[in-house]
Amino acid sequence: MAARGFLLAGAVVLMGAAAPPPGAASCSGCHGAANPDGIPPIAGRPVADLAAALNGFRDGSRKATLMDRLAKGFTPAELQAIAAWWSEQP
Amino acid sequence: MKTTRRAVIGGVLAMPAVARAQSAARVVVVGGGFGGASAARALRRVAPRVEVTLVEPNATFFACPFSNEVIAGLRDMAAQQFGYAHMAAAGIRVIPAAATAIDAEARRVTVSDGRTLDYDRLILSPGVDFAWGALPGYTEAAAATMPHAWKAGPQTLLLRDRLAALPEGGLVVMSAPANPYRCPPGPYERASLIAHYLKTHKPRAKLILLDSKDAFSKQRLFQNAWKALYPGVLEWVSLSSGGKVIEVDAAAGTVKTDFETYKPDLANIIPPQRAGAIAAAAGVADRTGWCPIDPVTFESRLRPNIHVIGDAAIAGGMPKSAFAANAQAKACAQAVADLLDHAIPAEPRLINTCYSLAAPDYGFSVAGVYRPANGVLTDIEGAGGTSALDAPVETRAQEARYAESWFKTITAEAFG
Repeated sequence: MAARGFLLAGAVVLMGAAAPPPGAASCSGCHGAANPDGIPPIAGRPVADLAAALNGFRDGSRKATLMDRLAKGFTPAELQAIAAWWSEQP
Repeated sequence: MKTTRRAVIGGVLAMPAVARAQSAARVVVVGGGFGGASAARALRRVAPRVEVTLVEPNATFFACPFSNEVIAGLRDMAAQQFGYAHMAAAGIRVIPAAATAIDAEARRVTVSDGRTLDYDRLILSPGVDFAWGALPGYTEAAAATMPHAWKAGPQTLLLRDRLAALPEGGLVVMSAPANPYRCPPGPYERASLIAHYLKTHKPRAKLILLDSKDAFSKQRLFQNAWKALYPGVLEWVSLSSGGKVIEVDAAAGTVKTDFETYKPDLANIIPPQRAGAIAAAAGVADRTGWCPIDPVTFESRLRPNIHVIGDAAIAGGMPKSAFAANAQAKACAQAVADLLDHAIPAEPRLINTCYSLAAPDYGFSVAGVYRPANGVLTDIEGAGGTSALDAPVETRAQEARYAESWFKTITAEAFG
């Protein structure tokens, strides 16, 4: 995604970071730093791993407590975009 | 979405922030709970050039999630306390005062120390206030003897201490309100953990949960847990069984329904609620007491340039939860940043996740995914729902651990 800086009506407006795709901003409510026995971190993990997990939750092939219920609210393309964005987060 | 997000929607004359010769746009956030604290920090992340001011009178925030564990003697209150010390490091100016007036036309907030704050956009996250007197007899004074503990803090400790002082074989009565109210499954988690306390420490004592509803969040999960864990300890009285409390008398210590007058040793009254008072003062609350919003930007339907998030908002299918407030805060911050850039905000997708504990090692959850449809945030069909009814005890234990993990993460994101 392009850097969020552009020229508009004579004013330079600098945005902080690439805007997350729909739904991605919610994830950090649960997925933060690692903590023992806790919800796993997702930031910076390989996009293939994240996409495989999300698609597995969506189609039921991967065991879940809760993520199966959330992944079903997205199309595979939307899950791919979420995986790609999170893989690039620090 | 990228193209629409970048679309220019106004001429330079319609751009107050830009018209001030590139001076930074100003956003004021009112309310430092899960919604407001998250919004202020999210805005600094997505739009570092925007000046963000957070207006919050309390130096300490007491988190409601997990406060039921405090009441049941399972958790120290210190674990619920958060402050605003990290806000300055994130570039947020904190005004330790209450917002007393909002002039939507002048785009100005007046705070309790007399200062005024001008804004380009305002994010209002005022939480709930109690509709004192809506339940006859339940006044602010009555809460000193019949605690609500529905805003965490001294009330939480009062209920904890009163529970600990309950006589052997004593009776606790709880009253749960009609919808909508903060934290839909909260009364049932509280009833569970109070029952856990009674079972552990006061084996002959009993809890009666009087309800103004016939159905509630995670109902079958709670009822299955009660049957397994607290038989003979916890009795739920539904609306149609006469559970609606119609009057309380704090001096006499009585709680009245249409059919019975209870005189418990301890009454916990969760009163009817509405949006925090500043919402009505700003003109963004409607006749219901809550705030109608645009589901893409969270901008008020009633006043321009004021965005409402969290418990105060009418968020369609989204419940009034800490997770929802945090998710809305991030979506709203992005929309506000876009609007300040004169770009059209992309349609958000929102998520809610909410854990409840029926016992310290017995957790379950409800989840939902939402999108704007027909002007409101609407549940996406086929997604969301509650934990499996037949899940094994290991899953319940894992969800209890995940609840704790969620609390650590969300409070770190909101408060730093």
